[in-house]
Amino acid sequence: MAIPISYSFRNLWTRRLTTALTATGMALVVFVFAATLMLAEGLQKTLVETGSPDNVIVIRSGSQSEVQSGVERLQASIVESRPEVALGAAGRPLLAKELVVLINLNKRGSNKPANVVIRGIGDNSLAIRPQVRLKEGRMPRPGSAEILAGESIARRFEGAGIGEHLRFAMRDWTVVGIFDAGTTGFSSEIWGDVDQLMQSFRRPVYSSVTFKLRDPAAFDTLKQQLESDPRLTVEAKRETRYYLDQSEAMARFLRILGLTLTIIFSLGAIIGAMITMYAAVANRVTEIGTLRALGFQRGSILAAFVLEALFLGLLGGIVGVFAASFMQLITISTMNWQSFAELAFSFSLTPGIVIKSLLFAIIMGLAGGILPAFRAARMNIVTALRAT
Amino acid sequence: MFILKLILRNAFRHRLRALLTITGVAIAITAFGLLHTLVGLWYLGVERSSATRLVTRNAISLTFSLPISYYDRIRQLPGVKSVAYGNWFGGTYIDEKHFFANEAFELKSLLELYPEFVVLPEQRDALLRDRRGCLVGKKLADKYGWKIGDPITLKGTIFPGQWEFVLRAIYQGAEKSTEERVLFFHWDYLNETLKKTVPRRADQAGFYMIGINRPEQAAEVAGAVDALFSNSLAETRTETEKAFQLGFVAMTEAIMIAIQIVSYVVIVIIMVVAANTMAMTARERLGEYATMKVMGFKWHHIAGAVFGESLFIALLGGVTGVLLTFPAGQWIETELAQFFPAFVISRETILMQLTAAALVGIVAGLFPTWRGATIRIADGLRRIG
Repeated sequence: MAIPISYSFRNLWTRRLTTALTATGMALVVFVFAATLMLAEGLQKTLVETGSPDNVIVIRSGSQSEVQSGVERLQASIVESRPEVALGAAGRPLLAKELVVLINLNKRGSNKPANVVIRGIGDNSLAIRPQVRLKEGRMPRPGSAEILAGESIARRFEGAGIGEHLRFAMRDWTVVGIFDAGTTGFSSEIWGDVDQLMQSFRRPVYSSVTFKLRDPAAFDTLKQQLESDPRLTVEAKRETRYYLDQSEAMARFLRILGLTLTIIFSLGAIIGAMITMYAAVANRVTEIGTLRALGFQRGSILAAFVLEALFLGLLGGIVGVFAASFMQLITISTMNWQSFAELAFSFSLTPGIVIKSLLFAIIMGLAGGILPAFRAARMNIVTALRAT
Repeated sequence: MFILKLILRNAFRHRLRALLTITGVAIAITAFGLLHTLVGLWYLGVERSSATRLVTRNAISLTFSLPISYYDRIRQLPGVKSVAYGNWFGGTYIDEKHFFANEAFELKSLLELYPEFVVLPEQRDALLRDRRGCLVGKKLADKYGWKIGDPITLKGTIFPGQWEFVLRAIYQGAEKSTEERVLFFHWDYLNETLKKTVPRRADQAGFYMIGINRPEQAAEVAGAVDALFSNSLAETRTETEKAFQLGFVAMTEAIMIAIQIVSYVVIVIIMVVAANTMAMTARERLGEYATMKVMGFKWHHIAGAVFGESLFIALLGGVTGVLLTFPAGQWIETELAQFFPAFVISRETILMQLTAAALVGIVAGLFPTWRGATIRIADGLRRIG
């Protein structure tokens, strides 16, 4: 069995150009396959990491996002008085009543407008979101027209850098700090004092109430009680669930698109592999005959050629995944349909995607190599030896 | 003449290989054409917008509204022919997966502003008489099997509650590309309900659509509208419908660029496959090329034969691909009607497909051509296999 195997590998090396071209074709398909999965993964990772599992977000029932929601002050206070809300250092509830609105800002350079989230924050907004920390500058003073910009907003939008001014809601706002929220969606937001923003936007209701649970296991009963309280018209979600829902449609779109494309593309690559393998068989008729005459069984010949095709696929897969891994350096910024707001996210490579891509490549190799391998195995010894 | 015959004979010497290559090129060219059409569809909203319509909205962003009192003030401006106003409603039907656009609109002016929405006169009258009536595009009505008189209930997301409508009119697009998947209902119905439930949000329009007499007046009228409300509590931003749609498209541009890049990747993939075929072919025939040289053929004869063969195979695949694009587009149009208004393959797309096929042939042929043209007779003859 060892001889047919080494025979296969050495043959790939002998016909370097053909091997390289076939593997390149497969590598490109695997690259597209991996890149789309990475994009969907990156989007979902960004939005899922935005939420914390211990946090609960309360929005008006029926609304799908904070932007659509409205929670009256009275209702917010009722939620605030629940005993399930965790208490902070000063004995105050770890709860933030927030305003979320969208404004149009122009991108640096291209001057194209995009919707950016402005979040009015309370005293505890930072405390319930440990992933957010001040990177540069200082916190805005309460009651002033000062704002904080998320890192990817400061970098990409006109007037959002530290010390710069933004004009919206008939006021000038000074950016006094930049916050770093890692790969979460908060990096694509602007934060300011909630009372100032509510005044300026003339919107007398909060958008959402977010709080930390004293006991994470109490969520289900709390949700049931909040939603059946006749004074409230709200629904409660775990923050992680809320952000997962926000990314669902877009991630699904990316996955379906990616899958459709790669299936079509892989047909091209499989055909490429088939051409190569048929030629490999045709060129080696005499050699196959010799091997058979030496006593190698049909199974060994079949295995040798299948192995050659699988190796070809694996080679393409490795090259494709390697190239795709560099995509992690790229950040994509686009509008998320569900929240209607600009969101920056990167390609994200997970072990699962690596395995899926390599498996995909091997299947492509198998699909291309199986028919030629059967042709090789079915050859008659005498006619094969007689061929020139 | 002889060289043409040589190309034809050579192309089909390995029938299976030639067939596989042609199939590969055809698939790639079809995929390329479909992707190109898809990207074009993204910009369809921009293309079908009228040059005599302006959109006025709150300068902060689309999620902020404008007082209804602006209606009369905009109407008085010179150059303004008619004004309609509305709100994006964003209600869900059954569940979130059954998405379609639904808007509250002042329907009388809407039908004047959009001559491309064709409604039967009696349906139009019935629609305008019934405050709970709604107007639905034909494709949407077909999808859910709605008939005139059917009740339709939407669950409000922006405006809470269950909203009940009665289907009074179905419009058909005057052109194939007209959007036929929208539900419009009376703005008054929305407003009167809000007055009772959330008075704070009543008497607000999300946007104004302004019809002007001549396209040249667009900038002037837009400037006049914005000047009228500058320094007010709700400042406006007015732009042509085209600019408004472009703004939307620009927000999701990154994805479109990605699809465009991918559509070129498929061409590169097939280029590699075709190059492989040609390289193998040329390697197998090096001995023949040497023999031909011995017989007195010059380098350009051999180069022409190899290059011609490559181009021939690629173009054959390209033409097959173009021909396949039409049934594929037809299939998408019928099967995925809810996603795409019309999947029309343009002449530009076909031209690009053929160019791409030719490019594949040229690139695939370069190396083997050079190899065949420059082979030294002795080397070629000495070669085995």
